[in-house]
Amino acid sequence: MYQYDAHDRQLVLDRVEQFRGQVQRRLSGELSEEEFKPLRLMNGLYLQLHAYMLRIAIPYGTLSSAQLRKLAHIARRYDRGYGHFTTRQNLQFNWPALADTPDILAELAEVEMHAIQTSGNCIRNVTADHFAGAAAGEIEDPRIWCEIIRQWSTFHPEFSFLPRKFKIAVTATEQDRAALRVHDIGLRLLRDHAGQLGFEVMVGGGQGRTPVLAKTIRPFLAAEHLLSYLEAILRTYNLLGRRDNLYKSRIKILVDSVGPEEFTRLVEEEWRQMPHDRIDLPEAEIQRIRAHFAPPPFEALPQRDAEFELRRRGDPAFARWVRANVSPHKQPGYAIVTLSLKPHGGIPGDATAEQMDAVADLADRYSFGEIRVTHEQNLALVHVRQRDLGALWHSLAELNLATPNVGLATDIIACPGLDYCSLANARSIPVAQRISLALQDLDRLTGVGELKIKISGCINACGHHHVGHIGILGVDKKGEEFYQITLGGSADETASLGEIVGPAFSSERVVWAVETIIATYLSLRRGPEERFLDAYRRIGPDPFKEALYAAH
Amino acid sequence: MPLIDSDGRTLSDPWRLLAEGEDIPELGPVLVPLRRWLAERDRLLARSEPVGVLLQSSEGPADLSGDLRRVSLIALEFPKFTDGRPYSTARLLRERYGYAGELRATGAVLRDQLQFLRRCGFDSFEVENREAGDAIAEAFREISVSYQAAADEAPRAADVRRGERTGYEQSKVCAGFWAY
Ligand code: SF4
Repeated sequence: MYQYDAHDRQLVLDRVEQFRGQVQRRLSGELSEEEFKPLRLMNGLYLQLHAYMLRIAIPYGTLSSAQLRKLAHIARRYDRGYGHFTTRQNLQFNWPALADTPDILAELAEVEMHAIQTSGNCIRNVTADHFAGAAAGEIEDPRIWCEIIRQWSTFHPEFSFLPRKFKIAVTATEQDRAALRVHDIGLRLLRDHAGQLGFEVMVGGGQGRTPVLAKTIRPFLAAEHLLSYLEAILRTYNLLGRRDNLYKSRIKILVDSVGPEEFTRLVEEEWRQMPHDRIDLPEAEIQRIRAHFAPPPFEALPQRDAEFELRRRGDPAFARWVRANVSPHKQPGYAIVTLSLKPHGGIPGDATAEQMDAVADLADRYSFGEIRVTHEQNLALVHVRQRDLGALWHSLAELNLATPNVGLATDIIACPGLDYCSLANARSIPVAQRISLALQDLDRLTGVGELKIKISGCINACGHHHVGHIGILGVDKKGEEFYQITLGGSADETASLGEIVGPAFSSERVVWAVETIIATYLSLRRGPEERFLDAYRRIGPDPFKEALYAAH
Repeated sequence: MPLIDSDGRTLSDPWRLLAEGEDIPELGPVLVPLRRWLAERDRLLARSEPVGVLLQSSEGPADLSGDLRRVSLIALEFPKFTDGRPYSTARLLRERYGYAGELRATGAVLRDQLQFLRRCGFDSFEVENREAGDAIAEAFREISVSYQAAADEAPRAADVRRGERTGYEQSKVCAGFWAY
């Protein structure tokens, strides 16, 4: 993974001192809360319902074991002993004291971390395929380009006061595990016929009040021009994006209002006039960054580990976990392990300091000291020898991190909702917990198969409900929490937006509604191979409407 | 509101902003909104006194691009500090159109924006904050590393890493950007 050099380190240290000064000016009363707000927001410090919340950037979801230990330490020393992993591959601490935040940032800087641009109307932490560097069929490690974007976007002087926040995601395989189509910019690494490296550039995706799937504005952009092309998109957006209405200020609205063709023309015209060699990185710098993402020293192993196969055949519980939580690795004899942060009845995405420390140790032992954070609010150890899977499974089970539910109905994404968030209409976490408890029977879970339930506490859609196979949105009905259900959304390479199935359900009825939807699917699917999403796409919403509303 | 340069030094301000309908005085530098410039350009230039143009954040540099040698001040207005359009306008003026005169940030200009503004090519600043002198000078250089090229002289980290200094000051000479 990337390691800071003197320049990277200096920038983060400068930032700590700058923020310390800003906090001092606030604490001394020199800055009012109103004046301080934009400054703290540039640094991921939100004022929530009960306290400040500090959001820490985990660039493209990659952590070293030392970094994860530091997060555990911060959770213990400055917070309440846990942290919350988000759909943006970030970590949030919910209870820091304002006066402590400069010290927290100083501690983070020691392990090459920061909270820069985790909020505010700027280019946010860039996200990536969480299986980067391990996924089969990968063109190259997409994190090379994420790091290039991270550096370019950090304190970009022109793009720190955009009309609205701006999110970029990068993948390098056919499968999309990073939800490219719901980002302001999605970049898919590929090669053209001549073997040249480049990107498919998608622009204008987003969720929130007006969900839109991003459109491809350039099927192939030579990789070396990535930064100048991004700069052209951002400049076009910065100058033309709406600033008069918060809900119309994302780039998706601009792309839609001028039309994708005209938007593309504007970007291409801007790009043509730019001095590319001043903006794009020299090849030597790309190579320097690329070298940081060289594969770890894998052992030469047979494709399948015999001992692992034997165990899998003999131990159904182990086999169940492997089936749900273990994915194939491009390197023979290795596997990718997802650590479920969705214990049944637990809070999606929360991890205790003890769990973080223990995962750091396991990463050192089994996965070259590297941990990933997934946008589905789980963790992953991506370079595990198949022969170590048994031992790792035992250790994870002791930590309550081996629930065999990755990709299944209880692997629920939920935003913080009304338990923390001042914008919320309704609670998300307790709903996730109740659904999870209702569906926790493992045989049933496996029988239902892949099913993505995503819950947001308001239309801002931090819980990605628009792209849930079953999406649940908290709405306020005369002061009462209600939940609107959408069906058929998907964030992968076949991205689609969910459709509202009908009137919202009360908090008591929402679990029943989910169970009814699942029962309807089970009764109508062609067989266990037909996933919920495929069945929904085949049969449409009517049978579900019928089951949910006809009887009442 | 004090006017300062990028070293935090207080500048005297000889410019007079002409209100709508106000007569053009015979003497002294005047600053006019873009609309007036477009309507009264020849009269303004007929005087032998310096002229400046004030652009609102919604106004781009294109209307001025033919006259950049004739104006000595361009002031870009920030109606709110969150309106970031003037950052792009400033870079276009400096880097694309080669404007070499004074480029002033006015309106909602806060201490904590100063470094970004300077990097985008502004060289005078009407600052809302109370502090002056050394304290504000600090604000222009709190972050000592630049990851990206802009309209200032700071070399990018990527170039420093290679021992090259290819900040804007160098490149503009080669590219013949500078109008004067
Ligand atoms: S979706 Fe709404 S309630 Fe949930 S975290 Fe986002 S803003 Fe808060």
